Amino acid sequence: MNQDLTQTLAARVASAQAEGRPLRIQGGGTKTWLGRAVAGEPLAVVDHRGILSYEPTELVITARAGTPLVEIEAALAERGQWLAFEPPHFSQSQFSTSHVSPGQISYGHISAGHISTPDSQGASQGAIQGDNPLPADPKGLPGAATLGGTIACGLSGPARPYAGAARDFVLGVRIINGKGEVLRFGGEVMKNVAGYDLSRLMAGAQGTLGVLLEVSLKVLPRPLAELTLTFELSPAEAIRRFNDWAGQPLPLSAACHDGERAYIRLAGNEAAVRAAQARLGGEVLGAQAPAGEDRDAADFWRAVRELGHPFFRQGAAPLWRLSLPPTAPLDSRLGSQFIDWGGAQRWVHGEHPLWPVAQAAGGHATCHGLKFGRVAHPDSAEAHLGPAVSTADAVNAGHAPPRAVSPGSREREPAAIPEAEVFQPLPLALLALHRRLKAALDPRGILNPGRIYPEL
Amino acid sequence: MTIEPRGGHQGGGHDHPDPGHRPEGNRSLDQGHPHAGGHPSGHPHPQSALTPQARAARQAELVSGLLGILPTAQVLHETEDLHPYECDGLSAYRQLPLAVALPDTADQVQAILRLCHRLQIPVVARGAGTGLSAGALPHPEGLLLSLARLKAILHIDPLARTARVQPGVRNLAISEAARPHGLYYAPDPSSQIACTIGGNVAENSGGVHCLKYGLTVHNLLRLEVITMDGERLTLGAEALDAPGYDLMALMTGSEGLLGVVVEITVRLLPLPERAQVLLAAYDDIGQAGAAVGAIIAAGIIPAGLEMMDNPAIRAAEAFVHAGYPTQAAAILLCELDGANEEVSQEILRVRQILLDSGATEVRTARDEAERLLFWKGRKAAFPAVGRLSPDYYCMDGTIPRRRLPEVLARIAAMSTDYGLPVANVFHAGDGNLHPLILYDANRPGELERTEELGGKILELCVEVGGTITGEHGVGTEKIDQMCVQFHPLELTQFHAVKAAFDPAGLLNPAKAVPTLHRCAEFGAMHVHANQLKFPELPRF
Repeated sequence: MNQDLTQTLAARVASAQAEGRPLRIQGGGTKTWLGRAVAGEPLAVVDHRGILSYEPTELVITARAGTPLVEIEAALAERGQWLAFEPPHFSQSQFSTSHVSPGQISYGHISAGHISTPDSQGASQGAIQGDNPLPADPKGLPGAATLGGTIACGLSGPARPYAGAARDFVLGVRIINGKGEVLRFGGEVMKNVAGYDLSRLMAGAQGTLGVLLEVSLKVLPRPLAELTLTFELSPAEAIRRFNDWAGQPLPLSAACHDGERAYIRLAGNEAAVRAAQARLGGEVLGAQAPAGEDRDAADFWRAVRELGHPFFRQGAAPLWRLSLPPTAPLDSRLGSQFIDWGGAQRWVHGEHPLWPVAQAAGGHATCHGLKFGRVAHPDSAEAHLGPAVSTADAVNAGHAPPRAVSPGSREREPAAIPEAEVFQPLPLALLALHRRLKAALDPRGILNPGRIYPEL
Repeated sequence: MTIEPRGGHQGGGHDHPDPGHRPEGNRSLDQGHPHAGGHPSGHPHPQSALTPQARAARQAELVSGLLGILPTAQVLHETEDLHPYECDGLSAYRQLPLAVALPDTADQVQAILRLCHRLQIPVVARGAGTGLSAGALPHPEGLLLSLARLKAILHIDPLARTARVQPGVRNLAISEAARPHGLYYAPDPSSQIACTIGGNVAENSGGVHCLKYGLTVHNLLRLEVITMDGERLTLGAEALDAPGYDLMALMTGSEGLLGVVVEITVRLLPLPERAQVLLAAYDDIGQAGAAVGAIIAAGIIPAGLEMMDNPAIRAAEAFVHAGYPTQAAAILLCELDGANEEVSQEILRVRQILLDSGATEVRTARDEAERLLFWKGRKAAFPAVGRLSPDYYCMDGTIPRRRLPEVLARIAAMSTDYGLPVANVFHAGDGNLHPLILYDANRPGELERTEELGGKILELCVEVGGTITGEHGVGTEKIDQMCVQFHPLELTQFHAVKAAFDPAGLLNPAKAVPTLHRCAEFGAMHVHANQLKFPELPRF
């Protein structure tokens, strides 16, 4: 039910601040694993929901933070628009509509294909089709990703290097700061340079600077045509090619290498996609699927976005995300890698902290832990929300226990989560500035304390 | 009419996007500075709170410290040497600083900031001085820190598509250096031939292509920043993100209040294969606005989408003879770029949309020369309007585009009330409206009435859900209207953020964010979308 809980939430923050009680902000609970454990009383934002305004010709949508991401995406899809940064959901529902399950994804239908566009119905032409980001249940399931959580975590999907990141699409926010004050920054217009840009600052701050109440996002028309091409390339060669292609006027919208092959997605108008295909060659992914049921390319990229690709589910070692300059040489010491973002995002499994390695390569690392580790049964909810390996396994493997999250246990005890570090440590001077900034917005440190770093 | 000093100095660079200055296009100079009309010096110099003796002692102390860091020629303190720095592109506001420092290394900048921090002397950073909001106005008891000499392009990495540059590098110089690699830097404020990238970061500059390619903040990867206490920080990374808070986004557009940027890594884009422009004429400005919505609803994001109203059309046509239809109530210029085949396809679609939306005439530029001619009129709109009147004053509000007809009608009504003509040019794609108020500063009281009208126009923008500044920044000029756009609690939050970076408030004081005291004096009350927030709270 759409409702405005601003006053209730603000009052709770104000009283928590008065008493110095920490709060653990809760959205859909789909990304609790992305961060350190927070000890605090839960502040649920999910019931503060509803789309407040959406004017397609203005390219802006504004919604309350608890609005399910699927609801936003459904509203946009009705008008041929989307969130161009392709936010991952990590929701159970993300795979429920797919005819393949994660871990069983097959995308072997490779052949030279023809181009079709969604408005030509695909007919006999096959291959190109827009990824329909609309999952089956726009009402949003329990455990469904929310708009607030999406922006607070600041995650972006495969399109990120070409379309921009979550923060690039933030136009304005309404927040509750750590004093319980309701504040609005930015706005609902594309250009706005009045005041400090506190709205984009909220993206990725994981609620530690304010409780998101409303977010205004820039939205874009969905590309009229899409085509995924695959290439037999080594990972090192793929990195070189991805960068080379990105320097040419090509309608790239994703580029990854799954350890075996390279995949690139072209998106734009039909003429642009055709021209690029003619120039690049490669094989078309999913060309042999029956007309109108061509979900292979869409499934493939959704699996990349949701970390549902089989790569992410191999091995019991924690999954690490390395964010590197896109041209950083392949570090073979790290073993098998999934390269995304045209080379700028690399996923590896590793027993040991990879922060020093990432820093030496000019980037940073994030530990995604064991959530995406080995999967017992791909159709089970456990595959998505459940602990991937037992605590005993992890301990035996010489690692911290996993951040266990089981369905229906969103109110789980904080004590069940170890205080493992997740994010790249900051240089001291920068950390000191982070602390001062945190204090400026949340003087008593009650909003998601310790979620990113112990000091914040 | 006052023309601001330009030669060799520098500045903020957030000003008018200029479609002609595409990296692959015309690189000729502006025909006039967008604010060339400017204000005459209608504002008294803010007076130093110090006695002349105390000010002289302060100046001596500062200069002596600076001479320990910089060669003599790079420290200016004689009054005649200070004059070129007394204002930026908004010349209505003028002030002499205690001294001007012209460092040429980041280490010198760091030493200067440490010195000023120790002496508790305010510091105003300046790029090319092209900003239009008096954001680089000197402080009477402060140092003017020019970054113009830090103008090295340090590294261009064609494969990674990045350029690492110093803050004094001109915006256009980056694209020129990248061009041999088939790359360019996308944000293109109209002052791009002169404005510096450091100023662009400070103002979060836009450009005519920002609907499609984003603002400065969307095209940055990494900043090297020195805080007021001399701490050097790296924000962002050559990777696509960085751990911790997005301080790079916060720093961008902070108008020199949070830190001094000494190195910038920008992202470069491949040059589009082709650009093509259409011109459509309308009898009714509402139809022109609806056409913009129809183009976007059709899933097309043009590279540039500009609108001019009849007074602006007539002024431009009389000036540059671009062939504009002078009877039209409004014209739209729509530029499409991309792959050759893509542009051919889109041009046909857009042409049909424009005709369907009631255009009385649609022309497609036949060649590059005509494309540049179409843009030339738009580019010359400001100086063209300047020919009609001794002075003009350029506003910079942003509004939800669907409110355009209503906003223009109300501006026209206010224009009549004040007896001051207004011409409008509009970045239609992103809702950024530039009303140009024509006036004569030599008529007693007219400047004051112009500013009052300007203030009311900005308040109207806020009322309809927009903002007081889309791209020129708040600076000194729009500081009172900040009281209208933001609630006192929000302003207080801004001050707290500022204090996290600069507790003593030494960086660019009295700009961008008003004190609550100032808002109380101004007497304005925050209104958002016609609704008072917290009606129960007492008002300042």
